[in-house]
Amino acid sequence: MAATSSTTGRAGTTDDAARAALGSACERVRDATPDDAVDGVGPALVACPGSTAEVAEVMRAAAAHGLTVVTRGRGTKTTWGRAPASADLVVDLSAMDRVLDHAAGDLIVETQAGTRLADVQETVAAAGQRLGLDEMVPGASIGGALATGSSGPGRLATGTLRDLLIGVTMVRADGVVAKAGGRVVKNVAGYDLGKLVHGSFGTLAVVTEALFRLHPLPAARRFVTVPVEDPAHADRLTQAVVHAQVVPGALEVDVPADGPGTLTVLLEGIAEGVLGRTTATLDLLGAGATAGDAAPEGWGAYPWAVTATGDQRASAVKLTFALSGLADVLSAARRGPAPVHVRGSSGVGVVYAAIPSGSDPAAVAGSVGLLRAACSRHGGSAVVLDAPAAVKDVIDTWGPVPGLDLMRRVKEQFDPDRRLAPGRFVGGI
Amino acid sequence: MSGTHGTRRTSGHRPDPVPPEATAATGGTGDRQASLDAVARRAREVVPAAGVITDHARLRTYECDGLAHYKVTPGLVVVPETVEQLAAVVRACAEERLPFVARGSGTGLSGGALPRADGVLVVTSRMRAIREVRREDQRAVVEPGVINLDVTRAAAPYGYYYAPDPSSQQICSIGGNVAENSGGAHCLKYGFTTNHVLGAELVTPDGDVVELGGAAPDSPGYDLLGAVVGSEGTLGIVTAATVRLVRAPEEVRTLLAGFASTDHAGAATSAIIAAGIVPAAIEMMDALAIEAAEAAVHCNYPQGAGAVLVIELDGAAVEVEHEFVGVERLCRDNEAFEIRVATDPAERALIWKGRKSAFAAVGRISPDYIVQDGVIPRTALPEVLRAIADLSESSGVRVANVFHAGDGNLHPLVLFDESVEGAGQAAEKVSGAILDLCIGHGGSITGEHGVGIDKAAYMPRMFSDEDLDTMQLVRCAFDPHGISNPGKVFPTPRLCGEVPGKHKGAHPLQEAGMAEVF
Repeated sequence: MAATSSTTGRAGTTDDAARAALGSACERVRDATPDDAVDGVGPALVACPGSTAEVAEVMRAAAAHGLTVVTRGRGTKTTWGRAPASADLVVDLSAMDRVLDHAAGDLIVETQAGTRLADVQETVAAAGQRLGLDEMVPGASIGGALATGSSGPGRLATGTLRDLLIGVTMVRADGVVAKAGGRVVKNVAGYDLGKLVHGSFGTLAVVTEALFRLHPLPAARRFVTVPVEDPAHADRLTQAVVHAQVVPGALEVDVPADGPGTLTVLLEGIAEGVLGRTTATLDLLGAGATAGDAAPEGWGAYPWAVTATGDQRASAVKLTFALSGLADVLSAARRGPAPVHVRGSSGVGVVYAAIPSGSDPAAVAGSVGLLRAACSRHGGSAVVLDAPAAVKDVIDTWGPVPGLDLMRRVKEQFDPDRRLAPGRFVGGI
Repeated sequence: MSGTHGTRRTSGHRPDPVPPEATAATGGTGDRQASLDAVARRAREVVPAAGVITDHARLRTYECDGLAHYKVTPGLVVVPETVEQLAAVVRACAEERLPFVARGSGTGLSGGALPRADGVLVVTSRMRAIREVRREDQRAVVEPGVINLDVTRAAAPYGYYYAPDPSSQQICSIGGNVAENSGGAHCLKYGFTTNHVLGAELVTPDGDVVELGGAAPDSPGYDLLGAVVGSEGTLGIVTAATVRLVRAPEEVRTLLAGFASTDHAGAATSAIIAAGIVPAAIEMMDALAIEAAEAAVHCNYPQGAGAVLVIELDGAAVEVEHEFVGVERLCRDNEAFEIRVATDPAERALIWKGRKSAFAAVGRISPDYIVQDGVIPRTALPEVLRAIADLSESSGVRVANVFHAGDGNLHPLVLFDESVEGAGQAAEKVSGAILDLCIGHGGSITGEHGVGIDKAAYMPRMFSDEDLDTMQLVRCAFDPHGISNPGKVFPTPRLCGEVPGKHKGAHPLQEAGMAEVF
């Protein structure tokens, strides 16, 4: 049974020849069910390859039969972006879920793309190490985190997967397997294709394996939290912390649609260091600041319910801005027609906004417009990551994208037949 | 610092003075001189007269960069002052299908700025404005001709600095840093240029001006900026960069430790990393490198050391103070026979002086040398150093080792005397064998100096045809006519109109006898 969405997607189709070819290419191929729909666009088939070689066979078969393909890690962000114009085949990487190698002495780990982020953390924690990435959606895969460029509070200290990825194996739309980077952190040989696929929503290639640099697990951590009265207060405190010498591991604001918000600083390191820096941070944040060992509620989670589906979804927006734009962005959140809950890193200039499900699409559009203008004033952008179909129908979810022509040319080189997640990405890519 | 004592080469193993890749025809046909004249005319319309150079003697002064072994006199040199001027010149090149090469300070070590005799050298040295420094955003916007250290100088009054610190930072340019994705001693903790560039204004090989990234992170769409940084001038020319500024640390502590051997120093390094400490830098030098540094700058490193470590910690004072105690203890536990802790900036500078002078210093103990830039996994350090020592012994070619112990980026300095018959070839053979060692241990042929012309022939040892073909899809998107620094990085260019697939053997133009080989 194939579903169609209220946007543009057509139901996936495959003929007998294509099915036979896929069956030869991959051991596990099955008919799609309604649960396999990609943001309302139903595929015809789902392939579950177990290796890079098998992925290559699948992609060759798909190419030979002109099938459109959407790659899925563990399916936690399938509805991000725009609904694909078509999705004949879903390539599901959940069977490729192993940590391939953990070289603790070199602080690197190699994983398959379908590996759960949590499993990676558990493996490397055994040697007192961590992958410097927050699991923003429980159960997320490495490949999905890479494809969507998802990140959380810890990016202030350790960067995002863009900074942590040192090597990648990908399968092109034509089935050719290619690698870039390598097993060492210091490497400038050739182009950095890892950065190109980061955040590319599966539209350039299918990433099957990746290598990452690791960080030591800190010996101690403390959270220092203070209520914030208004956007100007949040801005003052953020500026105070980033210019001080406390070396925050994270600097987050959490501002609901009404009422006061909070600002939280995470301090990590050796016990004596954290002790001293906590005292300094308490001084910086002033009256009402408290220190504790437990993360505040909602820490490391997007401000929307990640398991909601269909029309129960909130409108989920990613806002970026130069640091000094914080007050402007928070004010814009309060000024719009829809209620907006903002949570994210004021220390990096990347925050997330949630507008409740059931909000009038026109009101959502109004609020997004104000937020987008505010971000743009500060060199940034507002992207609607996910929203109910009725909202996606009336909003330019990706917003303006400088350099789009060049991006189209890159897409044309990698996927000339436009078969990888067509329509999910910017500019209709 | 360019090699002032004798010739300095990197890993080039070719007998020709100029490798074929540097001059293979780009596909443009017709009278090259007429095309050069047309571009010169167009350049004179927009660039002040002094910035359009056709005089042969002056052209020759641009014939090489820091890799002095290869020299090519450019067909034309243009020194624009603004992005509009630069874009107009590139557009003229595009119309004439003439190749162009960008040059910053000309200090690169892989021949990335080696000119084309049939093309235009675009020099960015006059685009050297620091357009803005914004403390509240921790950002600066700088033009490509700005010297690396000058960014830090501009940020210093605000309590900030620009973190990527190549040893040549007093003279190398930001544009060059962006092209090579330069590192430096402190990249162990702070990352490389690509982690500190958030936005760029790029003149594409078509001559269009595009904005990539910006003052805020995570621009929507493909991370083209991530592909451009480190692309060695093959995807266009960056005319402005938005860079991240880092808060100057509250405390910096530096120590110099002397060990009996590189094995002991390596063990100390491993112990520090295993303890979960991330120093700002861990640098190692072996006995031969120490000897050279002593002869050059009299740094007075511990007498009789088989190896020294320069270790630096930085950050919050309370954190650094405690961690430093741990680092000292670990050095002693691993048999450091002497430890010196810098107690003021002058002592810190002196400790670093030896390490920073190392490349130039070997000129004191050898007339000629090749400097390498291979990377190995850090845990393979003892094994690889032993293998290099064996190579040196069996070939009779001396190798001094200076390197970033924290991340396995080696800089073996292969010493020889050009005037001795066969010495050059023997040195090149050892140099190539060292690169093979790095590849064999799962490392890289270049950690920070770039592939350029110098290591293009080694790319197929590190990457398969399919890997290189895939990278070149990006090049085809940006530069379908192959005029942006052609002949660099990839040994076999991909013809952009063709169907993707495997490419083997010599470039078709070479086979057809159309490519020039000097």
